Formats: sequence, structure tokens, C-alpha cells
Amino acid sequence: MTETNISNKGSYWGYAPAPESADHFKLKEQYGLFIGGKFVPAGSGKRFATINPANEKALAQIADAGEKDVDRAVKAARTAYEKVWRKMSGRERGKYLYRIARIIQERARELAVVESMDGGKPIRESRDVDIPLAAAHFFYHAGWADKLGYAFPGKTASPIGVAGQIIPWNFPLLMVAWKVAPALACGNTVVLKPAETTPLTALLFGEICQEAGLPDGVFNCITGAGSTGAALVKHPGLDKVAFTGSTDVGKAIQKSLAGRSTKLTLELGGKAANIIFEDAAIDQAVEGIINGIFFNQGHVCCAGSRLLVQESVEQEVVEKLKARMEHLIVGDPLDKNTDIGAINSKAQCERIRDYLKVGQDEGAELFQTKCPVPEKGYWVRPSFFTKVAQSHRIVQEEIFGPVLAIQSFRTLDEALEKANNTPYGLSGGVWTDKGAKIFKVTRGIKAGVIWANTFNKFDPSSPFGGYKESGYGREGGRHGLRPYVELS
Amino acid sequence: MSSSLAVSTKLNLQAHPVDEVGIRERVARLATRSIKKASKVEGLKLALSMVDLTTLEGADTPGKVRQLCTKAIHLHSGRKDLPMVAAVCVYPTMVRIAREALQGTPIQVAAVATAFPSGMNPLAVKLEDTRYAVAEGAHEIDMVISRGDFLRGDYGRVANEIEQVKEACGKAHLKVILETGELGTLDRVRLASDIAMQSGADFIKTSTGKIQPAATPEVVLVMLQAISDFYRKTGKKIGMKPAGGIANAKAALNLLIMVREVLGPAWLTPFLFRIGASKLPNDMLMQLEKERTGVYQGLDYFSND
Repeated sequence: MTETNISNKGSYWGYAPAPESADHFKLKEQYGLFIGGKFVPAGSGKRFATINPANEKALAQIADAGEKDVDRAVKAARTAYEKVWRKMSGRERGKYLYRIARIIQERARELAVVESMDGGKPIRESRDVDIPLAAAHFFYHAGWADKLGYAFPGKTASPIGVAGQIIPWNFPLLMVAWKVAPALACGNTVVLKPAETTPLTALLFGEICQEAGLPDGVFNCITGAGSTGAALVKHPGLDKVAFTGSTDVGKAIQKSLAGRSTKLTLELGGKAANIIFEDAAIDQAVEGIINGIFFNQGHVCCAGSRLLVQESVEQEVVEKLKARMEHLIVGDPLDKNTDIGAINSKAQCERIRDYLKVGQDEGAELFQTKCPVPEKGYWVRPSFFTKVAQSHRIVQEEIFGPVLAIQSFRTLDEALEKANNTPYGLSGGVWTDKGAKIFKVTRGIKAGVIWANTFNKFDPSSPFGGYKESGYGREGGRHGLRPYVELS
Repeated sequence: MSSSLAVSTKLNLQAHPVDEVGIRERVARLATRSIKKASKVEGLKLALSMVDLTTLEGADTPGKVRQLCTKAIHLHSGRKDLPMVAAVCVYPTMVRIAREALQGTPIQVAAVATAFPSGMNPLAVKLEDTRYAVAEGAHEIDMVISRGDFLRGDYGRVANEIEQVKEACGKAHLKVILETGELGTLDRVRLASDIAMQSGADFIKTSTGKIQPAATPEVVLVMLQAISDFYRKTGKKIGMKPAGGIANAKAALNLLIMVREVLGPAWLTPFLFRIGASKLPNDMLMQLEKERTGVYQGLDYFSND
């Protein structure tokens, strides 16, 4: 091209803001507790604000449930269980679940926007992952409601009773679905406590239950902080407790239930190893690292937060990872081009920043991308550490943020040893072009979920859960029904 | 013909496995980028400046080629803010006519050669074809690889042919068409890209436009990643040209997104990225007019050339 005047310098063409609109619905100024099919204020009249972590503004006032409210909710669930739900045929229960699934689909846009505003996750994820998967869980379990005999052949499956369920802030509505759908499908009733930083979609779910005509008291939602959760767990009227959250709280719950007949399942933290072998499709593996640790700001219990990469490709992987990370857009969760949204809360943001400091103090080398971040709100740029050792806290402890620790290995056995050398056992990943190696690695890692040549893939038909300090019990699939039935 | 049997010893055929599922997911994620307003207008203009406006029909006439060249210069009547396209792409016998019609403009003339589109001729004929097109005034040569040799595993012969065609090109730039629609797997697309770049290609190009599927986003992504690896290893920037089957303005913008996020802004120039198309510019023009006036106009308001 000698006779030309066209620029050969390249172009800084980029993406203009593309915000998803939030004017197609209106949030209420305040939300009560959802008990017995109605929204009611907390007995104490106390409220707390739920904050949009992207701009630190209050979105709505939320009722703060105390012990009496918990008691009311458990009683409502008990009444609904004894009088209506346990007696209803599986086919009839299934109809309600189908209805709920369809209403979630109908209100998908609203739910996605609220999820992003309340929790800070990018609209691309709430729109394409959280909400569709939540609907899928209800569809899936609606199908099981009248087929429990096939799930447990030769046995009779009957419901357990009233389930107290406590869910975290990382996937608010999706966790509602993971907990509520199997419980209801199996004939149990529910008292749910969403996280105090992300109660809105669980409350909208209450509206959805009203819309679906779900009998009063089958689903109840009490909002509040840790003390509300503790009051729920202590309530003697529960037959079953299901908790997803941190390992510390999980242990406290287990202690508090000691000596009671209340059943318990725990889905706790993780520190998953994502293992990349030299024969892997490297570009796709790099994308897998991105999906593994930067999905949902790294607020994922099964996040691939430890990267183990074979030494012969370490340099290539790190270079490519840096280049790829520079294209991650951090910012307004409602912008359709945002890859990484706001950190869920101020407290979590500080915790992650502490770990960034800890890592450097321990001698690891920090890399962070250069992308601009908004002034207001809670943000952490995508980050990774190199030169880390197995004994470093950033390798041992769950950070729950967009922070990756990179280690290298020489042999498969070394990779497995490092992968398993953790108190957690929730998930893992392996990247190789060789099928036999996949089986060798997946057999060698003690974790509930292991992905091969992909990461962070979820499906209602696939059981999810951990080993060791990642908890016990499974959610999803046929295995996920087991904690919600009595077999005889 | 003995020269065609010589095996190129420089070839480095290190395996770069490609995971098809992973490629599809990356493509889907890139397609969620939302391009609106100013960024859309700017992107469409940039894409237009990268078009190789093409006519490759047996029924091509000098009149048709001249008409196409006029379109290449004046994309849409009444708009002065549009760029010229990068090149006009024709058969070798039309090169002289295109050169005359484009005189005084920066628009390049590209000729398909080497027994386009099948490549089913002896090397001597392909080289002669190339020399003829260059002698007629072609700035750029779009050659096809011998898919038969490639699929048979005779990579040395494929590489050797490219090297010899490159030599026959002289100063003309060489684009190597892989005809990905005949290669069957993304692993082979990657291998063919590596061979072409190592053998002297200035650009690698997906397709002739005569075979479907042509420039699918999956194939384009694999080729861009090959270019990125080649640059990392050698420091040489190879260009990319998707051609065939790029349906509309949105698909063209998606290509720019891919280039931006895989190779970076340095590749967003007609020197390193081209889009081979004949009908595509009208859809981009329609979108640009829509952004300007707020309404879509009928197809009759855009010239068919």
C-alpha cells in the first residue's frame, strides 16, 4: 500500500456507554417481611437500607426481622405445611413451580436490573446467567414434583417439614431458586433469609409467589443481618436447615444444631485449582481463567482462584492473561459492555484490599489492569499474584474477589498435590487436549465439581456441593432432592 | 516442476490445539458487546475503509468493473463524510481496467490469482497467473492454497507453493486464502494459518466466497489468535481478511470487536485488516443513514454495483 493516505497507525475505536434502562419498573420505598403470603412490617418496626454498591445510594428500606418475626414466619410455614402443602399431590405442587418459573421468565428484565443494582453484578451476567438459570431451576424441579418415586426407586419419598434456608449475596435470586425449588418440589415449606446486602430479588420473589397463587405460608422471606439468621437457625420449629455462605458461619450453624434432630446441609467456601497443562488449547484456557476468577467479581464460592500452570507454558499463559485482562471493562453494572461490576459491599471491598496488601507483604508480585474505575462505589481492578508459595495466605484463604494466585508445576502429580493441599474441596478445573489426562486429574482431585476445558458452568440437573470445609450435601440434580425427603 | 516438490525445511508445525466449544463461547461473548450511537457510526466508517469491494463473476464486464470502482470512491451520493474503500478485488483480466478507473485515488487493486478459486492447476500455471496479474498492475494478490495437498498432509508442498507465489508477487502484497470451508476443523484452520504466515503471507484470508461456510466468526477468531501468536514469536504483524458470508453491518462491527480484543487497536487499520465483500457496504450505508436521519431508508436509495 504505497499510494495511500490511509492511516496505518491503527484506531482507538471503542465502545460508547450502553446502559440498560431501569425505568420499566419502580422499586417500592420500603419492603416488609413476606410472611403467610403477605408483606408485613417487622414487629420492632426496625428497618435497614439496602445500598447500590455502584453508587453507594440507598435503593429501598428493608424490614429488620427479630426473633418474634422469625417465630411468626416459622409458624406460618408450619401451618401451610400441615394444612396444605404436604397433602397436595406432586402434580399439583409441580403446577405452582411451573407457574413460578414462567413468571420469572416474564419478569426477567426487571429481575436482572434489580439484581445488578442491588448486588453490583454486571447486567450481562444477571441477564444471561442468574435469571435464566433461576427459571431453569424451577422448571427442572417442577418436573420432579410428581416423579419422586422415580428419583428413589423402591422407596417412598415423603417431605421433611419446614426448612430454614439462609443464602448469600453473590447470586441472590439464583440461590433462592437453588434452595426453594427442591424444597417445594419435595413437599416442604420454607422460611428463607436472604443476605442483608441483597434482599431485593428475594422480596420480589415473594411478589412472584403471590402472582403464582402459591398457597400462603409455603414460602416466607425474613430479611435481616446475621442475628436474624442466627435466630432462624435456633428456632426449634425447623426440621431442616440449608445454608450457603462462609465456612466460619457454617461451622457456627453446625454447632448450634448439635444435639437436635434438625437436618443440615452446608455449601461453604472454596479455593479451587484451575490446572492448565502444556498441551491445552491455550487461548481457550486463558478465557477459562477469566471465567473462573473474574465471573461475578470473583464472588463465587467455586471460583478458580488458584491457577496452576505447567512451567513450559507459564510465561505464555501469563502474557496472554495480562493482554486479555486489559480488555475487561470495570464499571457501571447496568452498562451492557461491563465485564466486572461493583464489589458487593464496602466491607467486602475492604477485605479484598486487605488481601491485596497481605499478598504483597508476603512477597508475592501483584499485577492489576489499568482500566479506569468510577469514583463512587466499591471497585477492585482485576488482579493476579505471581511468585506465590503454597504457604501464602492468598493461596490458602478464600478472598472472594477478582484476585487470582498463579503457581506453576512440572508434573501431573505435583499439580494434584498442590490442588488438594487446601482445607476446601468445592470445585476444580483441568485444561488439556488429552482425554486420558482429564480422567486422571478429575479422579485425583477431591472436589465436588470438576470442570474439564471449561469453568463455572451450571445446570439444574447437575449436582453441586463440596468436600472437606466446603460443606456437605448436594444441590441440583437427583442428588439435590435427597436432603429434602424422608425415605421409607 | 521439480521445485514444487522441494519440502520447506523452515516450517515449524508446533501443535496449537483449538477447542471448538471454547471458541464458540468466546465468539458468543464478544457478540454481546453493545455498539451504539457515536461508536456505531465511527465503527461503520472504519469498517467501510477496510472493505475490499469485490466482483468475481464469470460474467464480469469492463463496464461492471468501472461501475464498481466508482462505488469504491463514492460510496453514497450526497455524503462527503465517508471514507473510500481500501481496495477493489477482481480477476486478473480486469486489473488494468480497475487501475485506470481508480487512477489518482489511494484505492488498491487486488487480483485473485493461482487458479482461483479451486487452485487445481499446476504450479507453473499458478505462477504465470500471478506474474500476469502483477504485470497488469495489481497491488495485491489473493492466492488460494492447494487444499488437496494440505488435507493430504503434504504441508511442505503447500508452504513451498506459497513461497514461490510470494516471490512471483514482487512488490505486490500477498493474501493467502485458506478456503476454511473446505478444511473441516478449526485445528486445520489454525495449522493452515501457521503455514501461510511462515511461508510469507502478508495477509491471511478465510475464503474465496465461492464455498459455504465462509468467514464464520469462529474461523476468524482462530485465525486472529494465530496472527497474535505469530506476532508474539516473530514481531511481525500479519494482516487478516475475512471474506464471504459477512451478512450485515452488525456482523462487520462484530469483526472489529474481535480484532480490537484479540489483536488490539494497532490492527484496526486497512493496512492490517480487510473485509472482502460485494453487497455488505450497502447495509452499512443504510445503518449510517439511519443514524444520521433517524429512519431506515428503502434499498432503492442505495446503488447496486
